[in-house]
Amino acid sequence: MVTELASAQPLPPVRRRPGMRLLQALVRDRIGAIGLVLVVTMTLAAVLAPLIAPYDPTAMSNQRLAPPGGTFLLGADEAGRDLLSRALYGARTSLSVSLIVVTGAGIIGVVLGLLAGFFRGWLDGVITPAMDVLFSFPTLLLALAVVAARGPGTENLILALIIVFIPSFARIVRGTAMTIVKEPYVESGRAVGLSNTRLIFKYVLPNAVAPIAVQFTTSLAYAILIEASLGYLGLGVQPPQPSWGSMLSSGKAFMEMSMWPSLVPGICIMLTVLGFNLLGDTIRDALDPRLRGRAGR
Amino acid sequence: MARIILTRLLAVVPVLLGISVISFFVIRMIPGDVISSIMGQDFSDPKLEAEMRAYFGLDMPIHEQFLSWFGRLLHGDLGTSMRSGQPVLDEILERLPATMLLAVSALVVSVLISIPFGVLSATRRNGLLDAGSRLASLIGLSVPNFWLGILLVYLFSVTLGWLPSQGAGNGEGGLTQLKYLILPAVTLGASLAAISMRMTRSSMLEVLNQDYVRTARAKGLSERVVVARHALRNSLIPVITVLGIQAGALLGGTVVVEQVFSWPGLGTMVIRGITQRDYPVVQGTLLFLAFFYVVVNLLVDIIYVYLDPRLRSGH
Repeated sequence: MVTELASAQPLPPVRRRPGMRLLQALVRDRIGAIGLVLVVTMTLAAVLAPLIAPYDPTAMSNQRLAPPGGTFLLGADEAGRDLLSRALYGARTSLSVSLIVVTGAGIIGVVLGLLAGFFRGWLDGVITPAMDVLFSFPTLLLALAVVAARGPGTENLILALIIVFIPSFARIVRGTAMTIVKEPYVESGRAVGLSNTRLIFKYVLPNAVAPIAVQFTTSLAYAILIEASLGYLGLGVQPPQPSWGSMLSSGKAFMEMSMWPSLVPGICIMLTVLGFNLLGDTIRDALDPRLRGRAGR
Repeated sequence: MARIILTRLLAVVPVLLGISVISFFVIRMIPGDVISSIMGQDFSDPKLEAEMRAYFGLDMPIHEQFLSWFGRLLHGDLGTSMRSGQPVLDEILERLPATMLLAVSALVVSVLISIPFGVLSATRRNGLLDAGSRLASLIGLSVPNFWLGILLVYLFSVTLGWLPSQGAGNGEGGLTQLKYLILPAVTLGASLAAISMRMTRSSMLEVLNQDYVRTARAKGLSERVVVARHALRNSLIPVITVLGIQAGALLGGTVVVEQVFSWPGLGTMVIRGITQRDYPVVQGTLLFLAFFYVVVNLLVDIIYVYLDPRLRSGH
């Protein structure tokens, strides 16, 4: 039915089509729909945290490690703070950090990838080896190195993660740009005098949209995991601001008395990351016709 | 073959150089000054400050600092811990076996889970086992490994009391020491298994569609022989690459998992270095781990060429 509506419109713009296909695929594919629901729920929780959180996430009470059900729906942590409110604000921290990081890294990576893959020459000679070196650092270690140098805290965390995520975007875009530049239609575009900017926006970027979208979604999943890891190590977002990772590390210290402070944030991380992974898989299947049907879902 | 190995070796040189440069400058990125952050309140004593500066070689121009640091690096000198006064390399070598033991055990756990399940998943595609193992691997990809560690500690140490939750049990001898290894190795191995199971499944599916597999079936070989002899061997090539890529995830993962289990390896050493602001320790350990990672990848690359003769003729 969606298809009929789309085709009934007069000349739908060409660039919309991947978006339409994607939406259709998400609705049709149950797994993708689950992913979408998880991501939307977590995003709503993050955005609406100040409105829906029953308590101030940093307000302490004497109900230390209270089990779920009483005053606090999901129980309380070792300082008597409401776990539900902390989890909601944790979603805010985790999702905003990841979104800033992946968007920032995506933009920088795409620009670097275009410079290297479209123009080649000395730009490629500088950018690509630099990316290779960054790539040759294990992800978490690179983030640790930056945090070690700059000290813990939200801004440094974001900086560290942006550096970590740039190379994968740059690599993908460079690869796409290098293949597209060789296509006859780019040649003819050049022949009729299109500027490099036009060529990039008309031919190169549209072709790179699918891999970028997949990379974007899976990077979000990964960024949430790394943010949580650094938070767990005490190197991420600093208390009292709630983050899932630091909630887990204080929860672990009290797990012999109550498991809830370790369960709630862990489940939140798992569901959010799972949501982005499912979404990423579906986007890959929907946007990359080469892979369609092969995954055999 | 020899030429390929040589090209790969040469390609690694700039990467190692780049890693060294980054590791050197990471410390120069510290806001303010290393000395002031170590000395804290004692900063007011200018004589002591100048002494410290000279001791760490910070009174030289930056390029000279780099050259002297790099020269010492080439001699295997990673500097001295600002806290203990011990050479960083000594502590690394002392802790390396623990990390290696954990990493290798995790890899074994991961292979034991991922290859059988990946193969079964592909050969019984869309069956119940396929659905189950794919779901498990998706969840495995989404669970932070330190949380899995916490859950395992809760179940096997706190609730059941079967396994120890902290340390490596050094000095407790053989079998008891093995008990300490189980939880960290399973924690780290399970998250790796999630990735390599997906990879095994998809490369197995790809191979099962190849002409030579059809030929093998057509000449009447049993499905078991087709899978084991013809398909599995070829599908393992990309899996080996993934295991190589996982060396990175493994090294990163050890840092977090070691912290969960207070495992006396390089991971806990880095984190201690970071929290104590012991910069030579951080720099040395990260450098060591990054070098290690590059070397592992180089080895994987070479094994890859060795296993897939098609790669030998090209480049």
